[in-house]
Amino acid sequence: MSAGAEKISVTVSEKVVLNDLVTRFQFKRTDGGSFPAFSGGAHTVIEMKDGDMTRLNPYSLMSNPLLPDVYEISIRRDEDGRGGSKFMHDKVNVGDEMVLSYPVNLFSLDLRARKQLMIAGGIGITPFIAQIKQMSLLGGNFELHYSVRTKSLGSYVDELMDQHPNNVHIYHDDQEERIELEQLLSGQPLGTHVYVCGPKGMIDWVRSTAQSLGWPESSIHFEEFLAPQSGKPFSATLSKSNVTVEVGEHESLLEAIERAGVDAPYLCRGGACGQCETRVLEHDGEIKHHDHWLEDEERACGDKIMPCVSRFEGKTLVLDR
Amino acid sequence: MTDFEFPPSIDSRPVYGKLETRPGHAHLFIADAEGAAAILDFAAANADIMANSHIIYIPKDCGEKYVAQLEALNASQLYVGPSYPAAMSRINHVLATAHMGIQLYLAGTEGLMSETRTTATNAGVSLDSIQLEHRGSLSRRMQCVHCKGITENVITDPYVCSHCGLNLFVRDHYSERLGVFQGVRVDAEDHGNVPDAVELYK
Amino acid sequence: MTIQFNDETFKDDYTFKNSKKALARFPFPFHEDSYMYSVNLEPHVTTRSGSVFEKGFDVDEHYVSEMRDRAEVLAQDPLRSQSLPHMTLAGWDFLELVMENKAKDYPDLFELHKDGSTWRWINKPLGIDDTFTFLDDTTLPYGPLEYIGRQTQGDHVLLDQREDNLWADAGIVTTQADWSLDFDIGMNFNQWHAPVPLAAELGIFKRALKFLMNIQLGAPARRLNWTMTVNPLLDTSPENYAEWGIQKTDMNVDTVGAKQHLRVELQTLWRLPRSNALVFPIRCYLASFEDIATVPKWGRRLHRVVRDIPDELATYKGFIDNKPLMLDFLSKFDDGLPTSDGIWPDIETEPPLQK
Repeated sequence: MSAGAEKISVTVSEKVVLNDLVTRFQFKRTDGGSFPAFSGGAHTVIEMKDGDMTRLNPYSLMSNPLLPDVYEISIRRDEDGRGGSKFMHDKVNVGDEMVLSYPVNLFSLDLRARKQLMIAGGIGITPFIAQIKQMSLLGGNFELHYSVRTKSLGSYVDELMDQHPNNVHIYHDDQEERIELEQLLSGQPLGTHVYVCGPKGMIDWVRSTAQSLGWPESSIHFEEFLAPQSGKPFSATLSKSNVTVEVGEHESLLEAIERAGVDAPYLCRGGACGQCETRVLEHDGEIKHHDHWLEDEERACGDKIMPCVSRFEGKTLVLDR
Repeated sequence: MTDFEFPPSIDSRPVYGKLETRPGHAHLFIADAEGAAAILDFAAANADIMANSHIIYIPKDCGEKYVAQLEALNASQLYVGPSYPAAMSRINHVLATAHMGIQLYLAGTEGLMSETRTTATNAGVSLDSIQLEHRGSLSRRMQCVHCKGITENVITDPYVCSHCGLNLFVRDHYSERLGVFQGVRVDAEDHGNVPDAVELYK
Repeated sequence: MTIQFNDETFKDDYTFKNSKKALARFPFPFHEDSYMYSVNLEPHVTTRSGSVFEKGFDVDEHYVSEMRDRAEVLAQDPLRSQSLPHMTLAGWDFLELVMENKAKDYPDLFELHKDGSTWRWINKPLGIDDTFTFLDDTTLPYGPLEYIGRQTQGDHVLLDQREDNLWADAGIVTTQADWSLDFDIGMNFNQWHAPVPLAAELGIFKRALKFLMNIQLGAPARRLNWTMTVNPLLDTSPENYAEWGIQKTDMNVDTVGAKQHLRVELQTLWRLPRSNALVFPIRCYLASFEDIATVPKWGRRLHRVVRDIPDELATYKGFIDNKPLMLDFLSKFDDGLPTSDGIWPDIETEPPLQK
């Protein structure tokens, strides 16, 4: 089986600027067929051809998961990132052809829950939009608490408030409105699950508060896409493929491996799913682990690396690829 | 800590530990017989949570042995009841009105802990909010795979199903959902050839 | 494609028989002359036209009779079909998967017509013509898993994926190799495999679980599993063990060839779209020892596998007591000649029995 999930050829059918930071893209299948149904919380990996560089970025799907004739994503412009969001905003237009992966879900609803408590920050709203559509169609008890910077940057606030006035609560940072988290997490009925998607600080805050209030781990869900961090360039030798790659400052080790034409497994590309785990056969230097996947002992042992987000500093790195 | 060392077994067989401190806003203890000793041991190191604790205790053959000590813990609620079925309506009520963040501590026989855990998960408590510590009798709660009847306090292998009367051998295969071990007809391949009953773990 | 469906029984008078065609495509599970557990998962893609690996959901001559047997088992014991409440969506995913695959692969036998959410399903072999609303269980006579399970050969288990594990939270199970759905439903991967000896020590389950949790939409996997059954009995359940257990002792040197069956499970694993669950169809194929022995390579190999299998495995698979009788029969078909690698009969290239 080759890397990643199955691919779908698509054409950009809509591009809507929502506000200063966020643009929504809608895709139809180039062959005119319908898309695979998916589970709310799933993401797709978009292949972007930027000159001679191919970027692969994951984005949460926002469309109706149950019977989708279009796929929709919303992308927040990141000036300090590696360029994927800027590429989409500036260079991709209606009519362009692109490639999407089949949906992959690393942030699914626990369908046993008697109540789904959703906490979103900024662009973290996107997976919840698909989940709310799913729950509206199938029935289910949900409550959304959505924190936005300002009214104008509150993507989808009006839509959500219109459709679900009793289940949606909005908090505007610039008006000093804050989620009363301790209170919120103190009176929930048994069988409530809490989901958080947003900036790292918010995720850490919700997780630690829930834990301190006695919420079991199995009821706390979060999704955080780590963007691969930039870092000093380094070399890696791929022992099976007999090739040495030079990993640039702004590309990940995984991207460098792919650029060399070597097929390496991946799924989320964000350090969370474990699929890209690669054996380190030899190293003389320090592996910089940036993932959520390996255990502490595995990191210390130095015989594994997650190339989608981790890097290396030193003389020699030999990988089993 | 259980005073009995269970022999190593298959992955579905429950393994019991020692009750540990966990954060939470409400703490529910349910125990039978010698299980009270586990609560007392735990409380000695966790006196601060007693003000938010509800203890439900079924002494069985231990009679008065632990009652005074449990009272001295000054838990916000203490109930000493004559049997598990009698305690059921109270347990169901506590669970129906509980909030996320409640911690459950079960101690005593496998039978009590199994049945209570099943009741709790059916009420929406997550498995990882429930701790179990074994004390006292080694008897098991068994389900006959043929008639589905549950027989309590099984201490021999084979045993007789209290519902359909078949002779069943005791398996270590355990269902968390039902809170029982599985019993299977011992003479299925040779009707009438029933080995002598031997006490479990001997 | 037309299939001639048998009218046969899998209990009581046991009129089950494999035609020559069925025997030729029997999924003999042994690729070498010995057997040990392995994570023998491979992509479930079309392989070898006419084989059981060609279609997503294989339909053969036993279809109609197997479904009748299933209906009888369910009437006697409805606990063989259960779905924990949160698994209904997965049941719908599975219903769609089977209907779409069968309508595509066997257009003469099955038809699926969709008009938005209004679907019409025609199952000619079973005489079914039903119109229902997709995702609305009030429009089907049973829950979706049971509805389609009553029309699909094999047992089907739905696995919920959560907490880094897989949970068997729904199933329709009437052709199992001695495990109880009612007991195991709700268990996770490690728990339901607990009774299998040896495999855990080999790390089989740890690797298998990791692989399964990473199965993606559109990329199903498959493997073969096997056991032994006396008489072509599909319902070898723990619940009815008292009735079938005794049949194991009722074989002798004259009857073992016809009564002893190799029971092979073609297990497939598919990711389901809306529920993100996995479905685990377990398709059962039976062949008698005397039929298997008509294929020279299989006769040689089966003898060697049974002869050399560790006692723990023979005990777990329930045939330790009958092993001598089985070897007695099988040894007649082993002339000591080498056998080709792989599971296929290789009739053209493997020499006939030299005895």
